[in-house]
Order: sequence, then structure tokens, then C-alpha cells
Amino acid sequence: MTSAMTSAPTRRKALTVDPLKVSPPLGAALALLGVDRGLPLLHGSQGCTAFALVMLVRHFREAIPLQTTAMGEIETILGGTDNLESAIRTIAAKSRPSIIGVCPTALTDTRSEDMAADLRGIRDRLADVLGDTLVVPVPAPDFVGGLQEGWAAAVHAIVEAAARPRPRATGHVTVLAGSHLTVGDLDGLRDLIDGFGLTCTILPDLAGSLDGHIPKDWRPVSLGGTPAEALPDLGRAEAVLALGDHMRPAAEALRDRTGVPVTVMETLTGLDGGDRLVAWLTRLSGRSAPDWVRRDRSRLQDTLIDAHFAVVGQRIVIAAEPDLSRALVTLCTDLGATVPVAVTTTRAPDLEGMPVGQVLVGDLDDLETATRAAGGCDLVIGPSPAIRASTALGAPLLRVGFPQVDRVGAQHVALTGYRGTREMASTIANALIDAHAGHHGHPPPSRAETVHDQRPHACPAAAAD
Amino acid sequence: MLTDRLAAVFHEPDCATNRAKSDTARKAGCRAKAPTPGAAAGGCAFDGAKIALQPIVDAAHVVHGPIACEGNNWDNRHAASSGPDLYRRGLTTDLSDLDVIHGGEKKLWRAIGEAVDTFDPPAVFVYQTCVPALVGDDIRAVCAVATEHHGRPVIPVEAPGFVGSKTLGNKLAGETLLEHVIGTREPETTTPTDIALIAEYNIVGELWQIAPLFERLGLRLLSCITGDARFHQIAQAHRARVSMVVCSQAMINVGRKMKERWGIPYFEGSFHGLRATSDALRNFARLLVARGAPADLIDRTEALITEQEARVWRRFAPLRDRLAGKRVLLYTGGHKSWAIVSTLQDMGMTVIGTSVRKATEDDKDRARALLGEEGTLFGAIPNAEMYRMLKEGEADIMLSGGRSQFVALKARRPWLDTNQERHHAYAGYEGFITLAERIALTLDAPVWDQVTRPAPWEDEEAPP
Repeated sequence: MTSAMTSAPTRRKALTVDPLKVSPPLGAALALLGVDRGLPLLHGSQGCTAFALVMLVRHFREAIPLQTTAMGEIETILGGTDNLESAIRTIAAKSRPSIIGVCPTALTDTRSEDMAADLRGIRDRLADVLGDTLVVPVPAPDFVGGLQEGWAAAVHAIVEAAARPRPRATGHVTVLAGSHLTVGDLDGLRDLIDGFGLTCTILPDLAGSLDGHIPKDWRPVSLGGTPAEALPDLGRAEAVLALGDHMRPAAEALRDRTGVPVTVMETLTGLDGGDRLVAWLTRLSGRSAPDWVRRDRSRLQDTLIDAHFAVVGQRIVIAAEPDLSRALVTLCTDLGATVPVAVTTTRAPDLEGMPVGQVLVGDLDDLETATRAAGGCDLVIGPSPAIRASTALGAPLLRVGFPQVDRVGAQHVALTGYRGTREMASTIANALIDAHAGHHGHPPPSRAETVHDQRPHACPAAAAD
Repeated sequence: MLTDRLAAVFHEPDCATNRAKSDTARKAGCRAKAPTPGAAAGGCAFDGAKIALQPIVDAAHVVHGPIACEGNNWDNRHAASSGPDLYRRGLTTDLSDLDVIHGGEKKLWRAIGEAVDTFDPPAVFVYQTCVPALVGDDIRAVCAVATEHHGRPVIPVEAPGFVGSKTLGNKLAGETLLEHVIGTREPETTTPTDIALIAEYNIVGELWQIAPLFERLGLRLLSCITGDARFHQIAQAHRARVSMVVCSQAMINVGRKMKERWGIPYFEGSFHGLRATSDALRNFARLLVARGAPADLIDRTEALITEQEARVWRRFAPLRDRLAGKRVLLYTGGHKSWAIVSTLQDMGMTVIGTSVRKATEDDKDRARALLGEEGTLFGAIPNAEMYRMLKEGEADIMLSGGRSQFVALKARRPWLDTNQERHHAYAGYEGFITLAERIALTLDAPVWDQVTRPAPWEDEEAPP
């Protein structure tokens, strides 16, 4: 294990080169798409929505319901309340969503629009049109953080807007899922909770909406996800499980509103993460782990042994948002790799505690520069745009995170729990095996020549092995 | 002032859309029909400006704005380069709230310096976005001082998102080139057959399907605005003898002003389809000869067209039966509204409808004439309606862009990408064959049968 990181230096450069970060409203929109019949609305100019939409489409290869208040020059000067009201009226009448999540953008935030106050008035005036539709202000402007922070703000806002005090319900778990979890992760988690005889509500639940299924008819809203009826009942549970440190504020808000106890698990990746979850479910359910879970743990241990031969001592650099970084660093170091450089998007609590050489809040150019300065690497883990850095560093790219625009099925790749960890451990090992294929060392030149001269049909490489 | 430049675009006399308007409607500008909040699709003016200029491959393109403007947006189009790839880097000032409070000019100044130091580009384009426009960052002043300081053009692109649509942004990008770039450099040599292309972006290398035709005719592509362009090539565009505006809606203003300032005749055309390609070559020959190019160019052009069209039909023969009579729903815009219709008809397919979004009146007339009785001219089709048309089998295939693809795919119908995210080039004679092949492959793909097959339990539930 490498020494603890040097402290994250303040970025002094003025020019971001090849951003790792995407905008918080994009993350907020994605979280809202994890509610059944959800429809996010970005309060800004058309481009704010268009860019986020195109990026989400390219990653998920799915239709993305996402609307805009289409702020023009006049509204930008005079104020956007009318556009906001008109957008909500149009959406409510045309698409009948269960929830409209309204995110400000840098444009409306710079104008200092009081969106929450505007929305209170709009909700009153449009009560007839809105009916049951929940209108939630999501304060996740472009200026602070990235996808993860926007996602967290949206979940927090949903909790504040919808969760009501409810009696405790034994045997039910409310899961607040972080943005670093894929559809594959959520499927695995649900199976595991089910395996302990418990039921759960997952918020947001992309496994219901952006899992790439073909519905029976066309819908202008999200195609599934957390049922809207379940939102007031988020507190009707025996416990709340928050996955990812960025889910902590939403979980604490839910506890404060409903009194239900909260457990935050920073990562479910790695044997430890899997064990923590299984131990927690065992305690909660009062049942011991089912046979298939025990078998999964054993398979994971076996895979860790097999995989570590390829990974131990290798140098892996990581570009990911904070909670995904934590998960990846855990697995890489568990397998015996060192992580000389991890680049992330924002200062998150406890990043300093990660066992890596250097953590940078920066961009993909920083990843390349810092890795080169640290002596290079064997593998890069990051989103698709990291391909340039990985090519420049002469190391393969394992695509993880957002966006993955050049991969099919990215949302089904899991990296948590016994199964997800097992799959990811194999994937990392295989990437390194491919990277080093054929690197069997070289016979000493003189000996090779001698062998070659005297025995022209022998294979020098085999002799050197 | 930005308003002055906007007014110039709103009054563009050669814009067919503008010509069709009343005086008052013209004054109201390109945004006279404002987008409906909550039911709007499409990008902003910044988006349009960036799309139009980013294909200048050796320039640094610095986006002055918060992360959404570049972090969600960089390197997402397939404009191809034959060399430099600086244009694909995502460069931004990534404004924070503190930058907004203190004003972003100092950060922009430093960012320009870092871009120059790191990449040593021949020029830097600086894109204004909503937030710095709102807080009053004077990017014109910063760029002027930076130009002086760094000894190279640092060009302000003033098209913040809120001023209007993507199309407006295209035109504002054109105004930027006219103000700061075109005419600032003399070519080393000129020939009587120097030509310029305007609003051709070399998406997935389409320019390279056309360039060999020019070479065969002895035409020299002096300047392509802006596909696969080097900065200096744009700067010398004013010495072209003839120019062609490829996407009229995007940059007609550039064609018209180059004609006014430097006497360069231009025509509007397209390289999508056989007829369009042949017409474009004929127009080049005619206008070049009128300006003094050797008269035999016209005959040589006809000979090349005859040869190329014959070659296309020979190669198309094996595909003919696979495409004959297939019904296509075309959902595109601009010049492609009619250019692709004629192409599909040439392939023996029936176009049941085409959309004419972002198309000029002229584009619409052409589309209407081509469709005749058998097809419908659509504006925007609501997704639900499009889904119904496909699901009920009114069309065998939809050709459209990435946004509407899922309407077809969720209806389990064949779909082919004909917009900027496409992975195949469909321009000129080569592109005609590529498009025919891709349509045939898509229509005949085994996947459509598999995804429309009943599930095992549907058989179970069926009455015996």
C-alpha cells in the first residue's frame, strides 16, 4: 500500500483542458429520471438542456425526457418566472408526469432568481393543471461540483418535498442509491435484500427506467423507477441505507423528517464492502445469509486470488467522481495495485484518507500530466473521454463512470457486492493481462544469437522462458 | 454591440426565410416565433456558433462559461480532421461562483495565455456564454488585448445561448469569421479555378468524398468554411473565384457578404444525393467559366458527371431489389429535407413524409415538388404520433437524427442515423452508394425479426 496522499493542491490553472466534470443539473436530471414518470426541467437557455440530453442519450442509448424553460434574451433581462410557469403548465398538460424536478442553471442562478418562491406561486396558480404532479425545486446550479453533487441535491430535494412522518415498518429498507451505482449494481442489491426476506424501496431507481427495456407504448416521461406513491412513504421502513458519502445529507434529512435510523455505507465495492452489507442485512433481518450469498463470497475470494497475480504491483490511475473513486481505489489496492494518481471532480470529505499517491481535483489533462510525472501507469480507469490521456500514456483504458459514449450496455456493468466486485476484479485483471500480453522479457542478446546461429530451427523466445 | 450584429443577421436579404417575412416580422428577428417553454427541442446560439467554428482543426476553442457549456458538450460531433486535433480538446474557463462575483475577465485572460503556451495555436476562438454575458465580461476587450500580447488572432465569438437558436448561432459564427478572419491573409498563389465551400463541416469525412471530384476537374479548394480547415485557409477565403453555400440556413450571410465585398458569386446547393451533387459540380463549372476559367471546364464537368453517375448505377444494381418500394419516413431539417428525398427516390424508395424544420422556404418548395402526391410535408411531428406511424407499419424505416431514434427503436422499427452523430459519410457519388448499402443492411438486419417475435409465454397464453 502506498503512503497516504499528499493533500489535494488548489488548482491554480485558469484553463480546464478536457473536463472530467459534467454539470450538476445533468446529475440532478438523471436522479429525477430514477422516479417513475419523472420529468426533469432545466431552468435556463435551450442549450443547457440540449447538451445534457445529448450526453445522457449517448451514454444510456435511451430516450431521455428532459425539458427546458427556453430562456431567451428578454426573459434573461426581465426574469424567467413566466417561462417557468409556462413550461410547467405545458409539461403538466402534455406529459402528465408524476414529478417535475426543476433545476436552476448557471444562467438563472446568476440572475439570483428565487426559484423556490416562484414555484410556490406557480403551484398555487396551476393547481388544476398539476393535479397529483409533484413539483420539486432542486437547488443544483452549475457552479458547485459535478454530476454526483447534482444527483445528491435532487435526492435531498425529493426527500424534503415528499417524505412524510410514517410509522416504522419492520422488514422494509429504504435505499438511497448514489450516482456511482449502475443498473447492474441496483439489480444485485435488490436480489441480495430479497435474499434476506426483506423488501425495499430504492431511490433513485435507474434499474426501472434506464435499464434499456422496450415498453408497450410511447411515454414522454421516464419509463419506470421509484414509484411516485412510494415517495411519501420513504420513512415507512425499518432502516435507511445510504450508499455513497454524497447520499449522507439526503439520508440525514430523511431521518430528521421521519425518525427512521440511517446507515451510510461509503462503498459496497470490495470484499469488505460486500461483508459490511451482508452483516448489516443479517442483523436487520435476523436471518443468516442464504446459501447463494455464501457461495458468491467464496467465488469472489477465489477470483481475488486468481486476479491478483495479474494486478499485484501494477500501477493504476483513476479518473472518477469522489464516491466512484473510493470504490475503484478500494478494489485496485485490495488486488495489490498501487494508485499513483487519482483525479476527481470536487473536494469531498475524506478523500485525503484514500491510499493513493496523489489526489487531484482536476481534469483529464491533469490525469495525464500527473501520471507522467509520477512515472507512468499500466492501466487507466475512467470515462470514455479519458481515452486521449490513456493513449498518450501508452496504457489501456478501462471505461467506468460517466459518460461512456463508446460502449454498449455500460449501465449493466456492476462493481458492487460480491458479484459486482468479482466481475470488476476479473475485468481489471483481464485488461492488465491484455496490456502485458507478449511481454515475456527478452533473452540476453549474445545468447539469443548463439542459439539462433547454432540451432536455426529453435525458438529463442521459448528458450528464454 | 451584439444587438447590431443580431440586426444584421435578422435583415439578411439573401435569407429565403427573411425574404418571405413582412417588414415587422423581420424586425422581430429570427426568434419571432419563440420556442415554447416546456416543449422545446434544440440547442442554443452558443451551440450553433461552436458547431460552425469548431471544425477549424488547428485553432484553440476556449469556452468562457460554467462547466455545463463545455463539460457536457466537448468533442461530441464527428467533424473529421486530416491532421491537427486541437479542435477536439475541451478547453474552458469552468467558471465558479467566485469567478462570477469577481468577474471572469482575469480568468479568461489567464486561460487564453495558458492555451497559447500549451498548444501554440495559430489562433484562439473565445466563446461567450450566458453567464459572462450577463455579468458583463467584456470578452471583446480581453480578446483585443490578447491578440496584441500573444501576436496571433484571439477572436471573440459573441453568441451567448440566450440570444436565440442554434441556427442563429451558426449565422453569428459566420459574422465572426467575416469580421475577424476572412480576408486577413493573402494566399501564396491563386488560380482561376479556386473555390470555397461555406457551411460544410466535414462530418465523418464527407468533404473527402467530394474533394477527389474537385481534383479531377482541376478545381482547387482554396477554403472550406469550416470542415477540416486550417485557420489560414479560412483567412484567405476571399480569393475564391466562386463559392457554394452548402447549408443555406446556417451561413447564407457569409456567401452573400463575400459576394458583396469581394465579388465572389455563390450558389446554394448540397452534396447529398446524385442530382444535387451533379448540379453542384455544374454550377461551379458554369460560374467559374463566367469568371474566366477555361471554357472546356463545362464539357469536362459533364463528362465526369456522366462517368460518375454511370459508375454509381453499376454499383447500385445489386442493391436495387432490396430497396425498391420501401417506405421511408424522413425526419431531418435544412437542405437535407429535400436533398435526401431526391436521393431516396433515386434509389427506388417511397418517401411517405419529410420534415422541413430549420428549412428555408426554398428548401420547402423543393421538398414539396419532389414529394408530389405521395408524401407529406411535416413540421415537427410529436413523438407519440411518430411512434404510432412506425408501430402501425406506415413506414418501413425511419431516417433521422439521434434525438428521435428511440421513437423508431422502441417501436421496433429499422432506423438509420442521418444527422451529425452518424458514423458513415453520405456525400457525393460515393456517399450515395454508402447510404444505399447502410439502408439495405438496416432493413435486412436479422434483429428486427427477433425483436418482434412473440415471447414463449405469449404462446402459452394463446388459446389452444
